[in-house]
Amino acid sequence: MFAYIIRRLFYAIPILIGVNFITFALFFMVNTPEDMARAQLGAKQTTPEMIAAWKQERGYDKPLFFNTQANAENKVIDTLFVQESIKLFKFDFGQSDSGRQISADIYERMWPSLAIALPTFIIGLVTTIAIALLIVLFRGSPLDTATMILAVTIMSISGLFYIIAGQVLFSKIWHWVPISGYQPGLEGVKFLILPVFIGVFAGLGTGIRWYRSIFLEEMNKDYVRTARAKGLNDLSVLNGHVLRNGMLPILTGVVVVIPTLFMGSLIMESFFGIPGLGSYTIDAINAQDFSIVKAMVFIGSVLYIIGLVLTDISYTIFDPRVKLS
Amino acid sequence: MTDVSIVMLWTDILLWILLVVFIFGIRSIRRSEQARKQWRKIFQSKIAMAAGLILSTYFALAMLDSVHFRFIEQTTSVDHSAVEPWSLQALQQDFAEFTGNLVHDELHGKTLSLLDLGMQHLILSTERTYSAPFALTEYSTSIVYNEEGVQQQYKLLKYAGQHLQDGDTISADVFLQTLYVFVFSLFTTLVFWLVHGYFRIKAFIFRRAGQKLEPLPWKTFYLTLFMLIFALSWLYHLSNFYHVLGTDKVGQDVLYQSIKAIRTGVMIGLLTTLVMLPLALFLGISAGYFKGLVDDVIQYLYTTLNSIPGVLLIAAAVLVMQSILNTHNDWFGSTEERADLRLLFLILILGITSWTGLCRLLRAETLKISQVEYVSAAKAFGLGGFSIIRRHIMPNLMHLVLIALVLDFSGLVLAEAVLSYVGVGVDPTTPSWGNMINQARLEMAREPMVWWSLLSAFGFMFILVLAANLFSDRVQWVLDPRAH
Repeated sequence: MFAYIIRRLFYAIPILIGVNFITFALFFMVNTPEDMARAQLGAKQTTPEMIAAWKQERGYDKPLFFNTQANAENKVIDTLFVQESIKLFKFDFGQSDSGRQISADIYERMWPSLAIALPTFIIGLVTTIAIALLIVLFRGSPLDTATMILAVTIMSISGLFYIIAGQVLFSKIWHWVPISGYQPGLEGVKFLILPVFIGVFAGLGTGIRWYRSIFLEEMNKDYVRTARAKGLNDLSVLNGHVLRNGMLPILTGVVVVIPTLFMGSLIMESFFGIPGLGSYTIDAINAQDFSIVKAMVFIGSVLYIIGLVLTDISYTIFDPRVKLS
Repeated sequence: MTDVSIVMLWTDILLWILLVVFIFGIRSIRRSEQARKQWRKIFQSKIAMAAGLILSTYFALAMLDSVHFRFIEQTTSVDHSAVEPWSLQALQQDFAEFTGNLVHDELHGKTLSLLDLGMQHLILSTERTYSAPFALTEYSTSIVYNEEGVQQQYKLLKYAGQHLQDGDTISADVFLQTLYVFVFSLFTTLVFWLVHGYFRIKAFIFRRAGQKLEPLPWKTFYLTLFMLIFALSWLYHLSNFYHVLGTDKVGQDVLYQSIKAIRTGVMIGLLTTLVMLPLALFLGISAGYFKGLVDDVIQYLYTTLNSIPGVLLIAAAVLVMQSILNTHNDWFGSTEERADLRLLFLILILGITSWTGLCRLLRAETLKISQVEYVSAAKAFGLGGFSIIRRHIMPNLMHLVLIALVLDFSGLVLAEAVLSYVGVGVDPTTPSWGNMINQARLEMAREPMVWWSLLSAFGFMFILVLAANLFSDRVQWVLDPRAH
């Protein structure tokens, strides 16, 4: 098992290098350090000396891939690409434009993001699976049709609508929960109720349709017919056979998402004023702070790759047919 | 004298190219018996018929909004008497006069689309600030100085209810106008029915004997058509007298904005697939057919691209694109061209980041197909790789491409709103539902709330996305053998 995990992690390395290259290409080649300096310092009164000083301060004055002035292996190492990559892989993201340490900021803001994303994920998963099982039990009935129509409708409405409508109804008109804000600890639960509810509701449409099709597919298989022929009732077939076998395709889609929960949700957090990574990213985008966006792109990819590895591992646990070798 | 010049925007050209591709697609469907049957089956569903009609209406509006003109007033006036009647010069003059009458004087020199030509009254009827749907006064009070001193007053709107006499109520007036529109729509639908009925009877008489076709749900078609004509002409007719959906912060008509936003939404939904398709097709088929090293490289490419979170990659690319546009002011002449270029870049970025899913599907399917006997037989006969791909593999992948095309559409329309909110969407000057929502969101704290802008944007978007979702469900059900 341990060897298997190590091997899977090794597969991830070339992908990480690729991601690193893409971010580098975007932030240093398409948009050169010259442009960055000019945008930062303001367009008008910049002299070439100021730009050079700005670049040197950040170590951006090195050549991109190949340093002709250095000797031996430093020709490759003493370049912008390698230096920046090393920094990223050490999770040292440097300073943001406002002069704060990005790594420290990210660590601090991770927890509020998780406080929203984790409950949304768990409650959402349980509700959608429960509803999907229920309508598979009543498949072909008016209940099934009604739920499917509702699911398509939920899916067709923009997520922004749910947030705005939720805030207006529950906070402005009925005053059940505060409109936005955040507070750590149990006190802060009142701030989390609305975003979690909206997050779960907005995901219902796609979720129900997807799980329903997975369960229906299992429902039509031979072993289910055998189980029925043996005299099992609907509920035990659903619980003992359909749900357990349906878990496999569900795992593929779900496990990947778990690590990325740390990233939070861009829109949810900025609407509800939650100081998480999502709103951090949005603020960075609006302020055109490239260092933060770069860091977030890298972290997001790392978390996604961890998710891929976790998916593989979860298969070996839940599917006895998959062997470790 | 007015001169007309056609303004070609990049996205206009692409949309018209797409239309040509679409027409070729229809031709190839008509030629193949199999494809014709499948499409007939798709439209046999009532829901698909209604959804298809609604989608076509949106597309038609987007196409109308993609032909741009600029009308320029010429100061030099030509002496009419000097020109010989019926000469070429006279005809030119008549034409210029005709086009001059098409546009209101205030709109000369502005870039207008065909759609704008029909909605000039909405561009011109700009109020001072917010007003609710069907309101006669502004939404908030303003301070007025008159002979009675300083007063808080709801000011009257300049372009709403001007035709009302004293004692007329809005509801009675709207009811009368609605009746009028109802009769008009009924009549128009009847004309459509008659024209179509003629062709149906002709087709029935000249059909091949023994050929049995499942009937299409024409009743649903006409019901939807009637409702569409009624809704559109109701909005249009009443927009001459009122602000049907209210006005926004700077007094612009919300109905006009919502309709103009259709083009942006459709553009992003359709053109992104146009960008993504060649990439996905080329890479997916190459990976599946040539296997080995090519396969490894392509798989590596899409795994890497896929592992970067979508919104972040798009945001990063758009940020970089913005800073490039800022440093290259010479690429565009006017603000319109700049906004258009930004839309084009956004579409390119969306296309480049979204081909991975389809590519993986195509690769898997190609792997499967290239194992089948008829491909081996073709190889044994000495057919080259290219012809095998073209004749045997491509046609068997087309259903996947079609399903991906219709499935992605609704997601992209919704994504536009979110991206605009994040600040990496279309240009703030481009009319789009995302921009409308973004602006209206700032007014949420206002008491009482300004709701019409938000609701119009969501409503127009909802109808399009719902129709697209319902249609794509049907397409998937008919074309994908695994869906049963």
